[in-house]
Amino acid sequence: MAKLRGRGIAAICYPTGMNLGGDPSQTVIIAQPDGTFVVNVASVELGQGLRTVLAQIAAEAIGASIEDIEVRFGDTQLAPHDTGTFASRTTHRMGNAIIKAGQEVRQILLDVASKILEVSPQDLEIRNGKIWVRGVPDKFISVREVASQAQFVYNIPVVGKGHYVKPKSIVDPETGESDPHSTMAHGCVVADVEVDTETGEVTVLRLFTVYEVGRAVNPKLVEGQIIGGAVMGLGAALRETVYPRYPQIIHQTTSFREYVLPTAGDVPKIIYKIVESPTPTGPYGAKGVGEMVANGIAPAIVNAVYDAIGVQITELPITPEKVLKALSEKGKSK
Amino acid sequence: MSEQFSIVGKPIMNAQLLGHVTGSTQYVDEISFPGMLWMKAVRSPVPRGKIRRIDTSKAEKLPGVVRIITAKDVPNNIHVNMAAIGIGPPDEPVLPEDEVNYKGEAICLVVAKDEETAAKAAEMVEVEIEELPPVLDMEEALKPSAPVIKKWGMNAFIFGSGMDGATRPGRPGRPLFLVKRGEVEIALKQADYVVEGSYLIPPIEHAPIEPHVCVAKPEPGQRLTIYTTTQAPYFVRDNVATILNIPPSNIRVVAPAVGGGFGGKVDPEFEMQVAVAAMCVGRPVKWRWTREEEFTISTTRPAVKIEFQDALSKDGLILGRKARLLHDSGAYTRTSPYGVIKATVNLSGPYYIPNVHYEGYCVYTNRQPSSAMRGYGVFEFSYAVELQMERDAKKLGIDSWEFRFKNAYRNGQVSATGKLIDDAYLIEVMKEAVALAGVSLPNHLLQMSSWG
Repeated sequence: MAKLRGRGIAAICYPTGMNLGGDPSQTVIIAQPDGTFVVNVASVELGQGLRTVLAQIAAEAIGASIEDIEVRFGDTQLAPHDTGTFASRTTHRMGNAIIKAGQEVRQILLDVASKILEVSPQDLEIRNGKIWVRGVPDKFISVREVASQAQFVYNIPVVGKGHYVKPKSIVDPETGESDPHSTMAHGCVVADVEVDTETGEVTVLRLFTVYEVGRAVNPKLVEGQIIGGAVMGLGAALRETVYPRYPQIIHQTTSFREYVLPTAGDVPKIIYKIVESPTPTGPYGAKGVGEMVANGIAPAIVNAVYDAIGVQITELPITPEKVLKALSEKGKSK
Repeated sequence: MSEQFSIVGKPIMNAQLLGHVTGSTQYVDEISFPGMLWMKAVRSPVPRGKIRRIDTSKAEKLPGVVRIITAKDVPNNIHVNMAAIGIGPPDEPVLPEDEVNYKGEAICLVVAKDEETAAKAAEMVEVEIEELPPVLDMEEALKPSAPVIKKWGMNAFIFGSGMDGATRPGRPGRPLFLVKRGEVEIALKQADYVVEGSYLIPPIEHAPIEPHVCVAKPEPGQRLTIYTTTQAPYFVRDNVATILNIPPSNIRVVAPAVGGGFGGKVDPEFEMQVAVAAMCVGRPVKWRWTREEEFTISTTRPAVKIEFQDALSKDGLILGRKARLLHDSGAYTRTSPYGVIKATVNLSGPYYIPNVHYEGYCVYTNRQPSSAMRGYGVFEFSYAVELQMERDAKKLGIDSWEFRFKNAYRNGQVSATGKLIDDAYLIEVMKEAVALAGVSLPNHLLQMSSWG
């Protein structure tokens, strides 16, 4: 009996947004009386940090300070139609819509500031909550002041609207010819494992992961996705299924007693790197990252076990039972 | 990058974080209204059967029970949740009329003054079901001898006829989605090696911390507000409108902070029942799924089986690939045709394969419906493709990295679906991974690029 080590790799791609397109996102940005901004979206905050990412994109597009942006989400009465928060589509689709809406707001602010400062809008710069005449950055007027004066002095509504859709690609049913995705993100995972040949237990020692995300709008949130995705992939690789005797329905899991998720103690060392290759289709170059980070982990781990024991197990999850069976069949065939 | 950003690219703190860690974030379960009622379902004990009798008389007499909702209370009792993107035909009842198609399918709903009373009454409803042999295995389901569980006469979705949201209507369809490019049979004949592989991913649970919770509140003028744990408020709005036969604009859907979704909250899979109940009783109704219902009723990742036949040249190129993908949709369509297409068009993975023939089948079984889960379609093909790549490399006696570098798609090549590839970046990513993991690769690989 021994502890065998192995290394496995997986290279992956991830098509951002809904397959074949045709999935619009829309938004409206409205200035409040105090000159702050509300961004209305029907996207949903699921814990992924959408409010933060979308606020960053809105602040960048408007030239406002991030503190002056509030993203209101998940309400069909407040926000125009959005297809939904899935398919790693929100940063990309809604981000693009917000840039368009933010640019409308920015133009209104520049027009109003040009009246206040009595200069042409082309001579103005706007950034980070301030507007100033080009070349004279210390003599600025705040975006809040301008957005407020627009409403109270100049009789101008400060509202921006944005829409984004990748037009639906129709498939040729004879060949599958189509343009299914807006952009591909890429990733590569290297897994180091140790297999206990007595118990069949697989221990993941290390995960090296590299993800190309177009642009990391918020690297901290990308990191959150990378760690969470790795843990989800780890569970899928080694433990999780609702039907342990699939396709039979016996022993269907009904609670966390039988369905044992990885917990903090199971998480291996995760060494990661974020790479940027901005896409012209994305907001500031961003692609979708939320799902890709779960996809390469299981194949890298299974390939590492293949490397360690010389048998490729093809059905997930690779439980100790399956590992021992694989080892015993290999022993017989020798 | 010469572009300078003020706030894009900054690692600022998640705006929700303080609320989450201090317990002040408001979730659906914290929403309640005066006079609000609670709901529980009476569920099928068998995977397939004919409903012979539903007797609610004893349950109705339990003090605190307000109403028991059955199929006849549903104004329009059939839907498919991707109707908005052209997927059909509708095949799922809100409550079944005469047959059940998976273990746990809701047969009727008990509305009562509190959750305990609703649960107790649900156990008192007598349901008589004539059990029928279930279809559970995808390969069996596709055989002509299998019991047929779909009204159109086979246990597979019909692609190509316009009902898949991907093609134009008016053609005869076929029970598979096809991707064809080049001449795969010639490639297989000319190959130095043909390597086969078959891979299976079983159903996996999303396991969000927050189970499904929904409150529907009738408003004056045939209007309705629905507070729910959804990832797609407009899907909910449109499906509920279809079921209730009222204009979508009469319905307001609110998703406050949702406690994790991972794809498991994309399907409107329980809001319709709560909406029907609330409209029937004219009072707010809350339905809160148990963890057991999360496992046994809510969607799972589909089981997906992918078989490959790769045509390889001895110098390490993939000349062609033949693939067959089976996707276990469970009892109803939900988002499955979409998932099948998303996986089937990508069965080359991030590699260039000039000759391909890919078939994707959306198969129905007597199992809880499957649907989206993190990386839907992509998780599945990535798994199968990367295991097959390893198998191919072993057969060729080529290093795993070298095999992937050689076959990685390049900008300017054409994908399996005929799309010009213009955002390839895999080789660069693999070089980063090699550096990160301390692997030393020969120079001829490190000199490769996605642009040559």
